[in-house]
Order: sequence, then C-alpha cells, then structure tokens
Amino acid sequence: MKEHHLILRVVTKTLVGTIILFAFYVQFHGDYSPGGGFQAGVIMAVAFILYGIVFGLHEVQRVLPAWVVHKLVALGVLVYAGTGIWNMFLGYEFLHYGSFTPDHMSHGQHSGILYVEAGVGITVTGVMVAIYYAFAGRTPRLGNDDW
Amino acid sequence: MTLEFFIGHINYWLFIVLMMTGFYIVVACGNLVKKVVGLNIFQVAVFMLYISISKVTGGTAPIFPIDRMGKIKADPEIVYSNPLPHVLILTAIVVGIATTSLALALIVRIREAYNTIEEDDILEIDARTARAENIIHGEAMGGRA
Amino acid sequence: MATASETPHIALTLRDHLPILQVLIPLCVAPLIVLLGGRRMAWGLAFLASALSLVVSFLLMMQVMDGSFISYHLGGWAPPVGIEYRIDAANAFVLFLISLTATLVVPFALRSVADEIPARSHTLFYACFTLVLTGLLGVVATGDAFNVFVFLEISSLSTYVLVSQGLYRDKRALSAAYDYLIMGTIGATFFVIGIGFLYMTTGTLNMADMAERLVGQGDNRTVQAAFAFIVVGMGLKVAIYPLHLWLPAAYNYAPSAVTVFLAATSTKAAVYVLLRFMFSVFQPEFVFDTNLLLWILAPFALLAMFAASLIAVFQTNFKRMLAYSSIAQIGYMLLGISLFSVTGLSATMVHLFNHGITKAALFMAVGALVLRSGNTFYDRIEGMGRVMPLTGAAVVLGGLSLIGVPGTAGFISKWVLVQAAFEADLWWIALLIVASSLLAVIYMWRVIEVLYLHTPHPEAIHKEAPLSMVIPMWIAAGACVWFGIDTSLTMGAANTAAIGLMGGTDGMALTPTVGGLLGNGH
Repeated sequence: MKEHHLILRVVTKTLVGTIILFAFYVQFHGDYSPGGGFQAGVIMAVAFILYGIVFGLHEVQRVLPAWVVHKLVALGVLVYAGTGIWNMFLGYEFLHYGSFTPDHMSHGQHSGILYVEAGVGITVTGVMVAIYYAFAGRTPRLGNDDW
Repeated sequence: MTLEFFIGHINYWLFIVLMMTGFYIVVACGNLVKKVVGLNIFQVAVFMLYISISKVTGGTAPIFPIDRMGKIKADPEIVYSNPLPHVLILTAIVVGIATTSLALALIVRIREAYNTIEEDDILEIDARTARAENIIHGEAMGGRA
Repeated sequence: MATASETPHIALTLRDHLPILQVLIPLCVAPLIVLLGGRRMAWGLAFLASALSLVVSFLLMMQVMDGSFISYHLGGWAPPVGIEYRIDAANAFVLFLISLTATLVVPFALRSVADEIPARSHTLFYACFTLVLTGLLGVVATGDAFNVFVFLEISSLSTYVLVSQGLYRDKRALSAAYDYLIMGTIGATFFVIGIGFLYMTTGTLNMADMAERLVGQGDNRTVQAAFAFIVVGMGLKVAIYPLHLWLPAAYNYAPSAVTVFLAATSTKAAVYVLLRFMFSVFQPEFVFDTNLLLWILAPFALLAMFAASLIAVFQTNFKRMLAYSSIAQIGYMLLGISLFSVTGLSATMVHLFNHGITKAALFMAVGALVLRSGNTFYDRIEGMGRVMPLTGAAVVLGGLSLIGVPGTAGFISKWVLVQAAFEADLWWIALLIVASSLLAVIYMWRVIEVLYLHTPHPEAIHKEAPLSMVIPMWIAAGACVWFGIDTSLTMGAANTAAIGLMGGTDGMALTPTVGGLLGNGH
C-alpha cells in the first residue's frame, strides 16, 4: 500500500498545509470580506478528509482522533454561546458585541464577530470531519448480489 | 403570457421546475438514497428562490466602504443587492447538509438491519413482521384482535 | 441602527434576560454534555437544563398573564432589523407546557432509557434530548419568521435521531425515523418557501412587522401562496389528518421516554406556530374571508377525530393505539381553530396543554409497562393493572381525561370546544365532538379491561414500576385531575392567549392593545 500512489501522496502532503493555511485566511477575513467560519470550517475539514482519503482513516485518526472531533463540535457551540453570555455579563443583550468596547461600539462588533466565527469554524470543522469518520469507519461487507 | 414575461421570470420558472422535479423524485423513487437526492434538489430549488429575491436589478455586492472613523460612507448613487437572503440561505444550506448526512446515516443503519435500501422491500419486511406479531399477539387475545 | 446610542446604558438584569435564557440554557447544556461526557453527568445536566427552563418559563408566564408582552432584542439590534424574542400569553403558555414535560420526562427517562438503550449511547441521547428541548423552546419563543424555521429544524433533526434510537428494540424504528425525516423535511421546506414568499411581499422577517405590512394585501397572490405553503408545511409537522402518516410509526417505535416527550410537546409547538402564523401574521379577516378555514380545516379535523379514533379502537398495541388517539386529539385542536372565535381558540390552547399532560401520563404508563412486560401488546400487559396498581391507576386517570369525563382536564377543553361550536350555531359539530368522545371510551375501555380483568402474563415481571417512573407519571396524572378542577391557570392563560391571537395585527402590534379587534369576525 505504501509504495503505490506516489504522486498522490506527495501532492497531498504538500497540499494539506496550504489548505489549512487558506482555511485560516478565510476564517480571519470573514468579518469584512467574503468568508467566515462556515467556509473556513469546511476548507479546514477538507484538509483532514483529503489526508484520510489518501493515507487511510487510521492515519488521519492518529492526528485527529474521533473523540477529539466530537469534543470540538461541542466546544465550538460553547464558544459561540459563551461570547453571547459574556456580553450578558457585561450588562448588554445576548450577542451584543458592542459591549466589548462600550465607548467604541464598532470595534467591539469586529472582535465579537471574530470570536463567534471562531466558534462556528471549530464546530463546522468538527462536524464535517465527524461525518467523514462516521461514514468511512463503517464499510458494509459487499455480497455477491450487490454488484 | 408574453415571452418577455417568461424570460423576465426565468429564475422563478426554474425554481418551480426544480422544486417539482425534486418533489417528484421524493414521492416516486423507491430507492432511499434517490429519495435523499430528490430532497436535496427540492431544497436547492428553495435556495434559488431566496437568491432570486435578493437580486436588485443593476445591484452590486453590498459591501459599504468605511472611513477612518468607522463611519459607513454608502454612496447613494450605487444600487446594492440585498444581502439578507444570502445569509438566510447559508443557514438553510447548513440545515440541508445536516439533513442529508442524517438521512444517509439512517440509510446505512437501515441497510445493516434490513439488508436492502429499496422501499418496497422494506415495506414488505415490515408488513411481514407486523403480520407475524398479529398472529402471536392477536390469538392470545382470543381472536378479538 | 440601535447600537450606537448616545444615552448612557443601563445594565440589563437577569430578569431582562429571561426570554433568551429560556432558549440559551438548554442550548449551552447540550454541548456541555458532549464535552464533559459521562452518563450520570449527562442525565444530571439534562435534568438541570429542563428544571431551569421550567423556572424561567414560569417566571415569564407570570409576567405576561395580564396580556402584555416582553420583547428581547438579540445583539441589541432593535426589531424589525434585528431578531426579536417575543413572549406573550400564547407562547409563554406553550413554553410552560414544553419545559414542564421536559422536567417530568428526564427523571422518567433515567430507568426507561437505561432499559431500552445501550449504555454507550446515553450521553449522546441526553445531548440530543436537550437539543430537542432547545429547538422547541426556540420555535415558540422567537418573533422572527426565519428563526422559527432554524429552531424547527434543530428540534426535528434531533428528534429523528431520538426516534431512531428505538432500533435496539425494533429495527422498524429506523424506517420510521427515515419516513419522519423525509416528511418533516418536506414540511419544513414548504414552510421556508412560504416565508420566502412573505419576505418577497413585505421585505421583513419580523413577525410583528410582517403582520403590519400584510394589512390589505389579502388579494395578493404571493401572499395567498405563502399562506398555503405555510399551512401545508406546518400541517405536516402538526400531523393534520391526511398528513399524519409519519406519526404512528414514529411514536410507536421510538424509545418510551422519547414518545412521552414527542407526544406531549412537538406537535403542540407546531400547532402553536400554525396559530401564530394564521392569526398573528396573516389577519384573521384574510384567512376567514369566506369562511375558508371552516370548510377546509373542519372536515379534516372531523375526519381525524373519527377515522383515527376508529383505527385506535382496532389496535392490539397500547402504544400504537395512543399514537392514533393523538392524531384524533389533534383534530380537536384544529376544530377549535376552524371555528374562528375567541372561545374556539381558547379551546385549542387549553386542549393543547391538557392533551399534553394527559398523553404524558399515558405514555409514561406505557414506558412503565414496557419495562415490566417487554412490550405493550394487549396480550402481554394483561392483568398488569393488578400487579402494578399505581401505573394502572395512572392509565385509568389519563384515560378518563382523554375521554373527557367531568373532573378531569380533558373535560374542560372539550367543554369549551362544545361551547364554541354552539356559539357558532353549529350544534351538529357539538354532537360530533360528543360522538367521537364515545369512540375514546371504547378504545380506553379495551385497555382498562385488559389491564384489570385478566390474569397477569406469566413472562412479565410482576412488580410495580420504580419510583423514578411512578412519581413523574403521577405528577402528570395528578395534573390531569388538578387542571380539571382548578382551571384558573390553564383557562386564564388560554383565554388571554386567544384574545391576543384573535386581535390579529393588534395582537402583534408594537404597542399592546389587548382585544382590540375582538368581535371583528362576527
């Protein structure tokens, strides 16, 4: 297995890093240009899924075990909700980002969106990878009649 | 109905065609995976409806330039498209993905339990189980069931 | 925009945050359960979430019982631009029902779930359960049309997962969950098409703002199409008679605890959305222009009451029989809507609550019987009323309430419904209501006969259900009696809600004018 698909393996190894970098680019430019957590999360997940497709599920799960992925899904939602709750502790409405910098609301808006998008990104990455793991980890035995 | 009216509303015609295609597949196809495909087409039709709503004739991307003080300087001369439906559809797409993956996960489990993904076969197996249950549990009731 | 106000900000207190806390508590607890893991921890957190929701919903209900409303602006963006959570008597009442049921179901689930689902799935089961709770509370609390769709899908998707968990007992739970998923998604997509059409006409998603802009738009065909899509879409979720096909299988094969929660809350939240859109967003005058709904909804309601009750009579499985009875009971709620009067709507609102607690009690009894007998086919539960006196008595009480015997909650709602029928000069409908109740007598009598007049099945475990099941069951059964005698809470809330809803646009107006358009339809 290791000897086959040399080109695929080399290209994948170089691409994975770039894909992750691009995911971060999309993530952090989401607040004032096209992009954001949803897109970044999917791109990030693509890096892991590509690695998994080429090197096998077992290899990618050494990098990102399934239990970590499940925790990531929950963590992202908590980051999102936590941002809102933080706003509530500051005495404003849920998700009122302006409350981070009450004397300059629009700065707070920017940082608030960053936190929330981070949560979205984590969850989307987690969900996408989790879906891949769930399906890839469950290959049914093919009978003779199934062909 | 003039040709202009038809072409001017092409998005909406396509929306109707897509929606009905998807809906028909969901209703008519016996294969569970194909049903999910139909469901996806059905949902994509709705995305198209929303995106069509948001388009303003001659409108550009709704990104307002901001000056150094953080004040919005929207040029009243420029027509902007409506960004809100796009945001809504982003949410709807996410819902669609969740639905699709859940449906596929269910299909995997159904395949493991029933060894088929054809609706007719599943209905037949279910009906057979139900008949068997009726025989066991009905007779014990003195035939009243 | 609302954010950059010049006036100094007054810090909001916990009391101001109640509308969002209602949804936020279960929303935060669901990921916490996954993050912390552990079965006991999961159960404890789920119970904490539902108990806190109950407290919050009670506080909210006390605030709006006088017919006022609370508006909460998410992110500080004032409506109609921002998302608004809007609590008035109608939804506070439904919120109370949902969180009350959740608080009863979680303790009940402790033993029931341990019996029916393998231990490794418990953590995620409770996470899904709290997500369903989040979704249902969100659907009811929000004042934003698109938000309704999002929360609806949160609750529905988690519900499909919960229903499919019945697979460890019967593989048909999988196909039931799949059917439910397909039909539920079609329903939700229809609903979202309807909202799209409304957004096309009004340019807003805020329900109150929408209502104001829809005034005088009754002839607009886009609005009419929107109405049709929304009613059919929600009709699928409500399980209005011809659209009910997913319900019997889903209720029957889901784990007992899930069935309790679904039967008592999920269709009820959908009924609430239907009411909200029919009466608050579209004007009642628009909907009832030519008695449209009376002649469209009432026949379906009557069909549901009779056809579903008849099917229930011939069932051989207690759980499945109750599922068909649920379809019949939804018929009563629809009938109340189609009569188009404050009394009719009160009947719908109060039946929503009363049927919720009645079915909660009955399905909990089903869960207890499943624990001891293995399943609820009539031949398996023979004589179990004698060996499980508390469970058997709860079935009797719930059954009496389902039939509508005086002194139980079910009687109150049917009484109000009959009153509404007489008010509308439709005495034959009143007769049909009584006639269909007789069918309920037949199907409940079959169960009670089986439970008490036979000798117990030898393979069943001859022991009363554990206290963790009996106590929630008896709280629900006791509520059936309590709310049948003391109706001040339920009827008061239902009346205020009905007046607010019948107020049409005024009911949703930015300044509350209670009962402004009362009597407009007569």
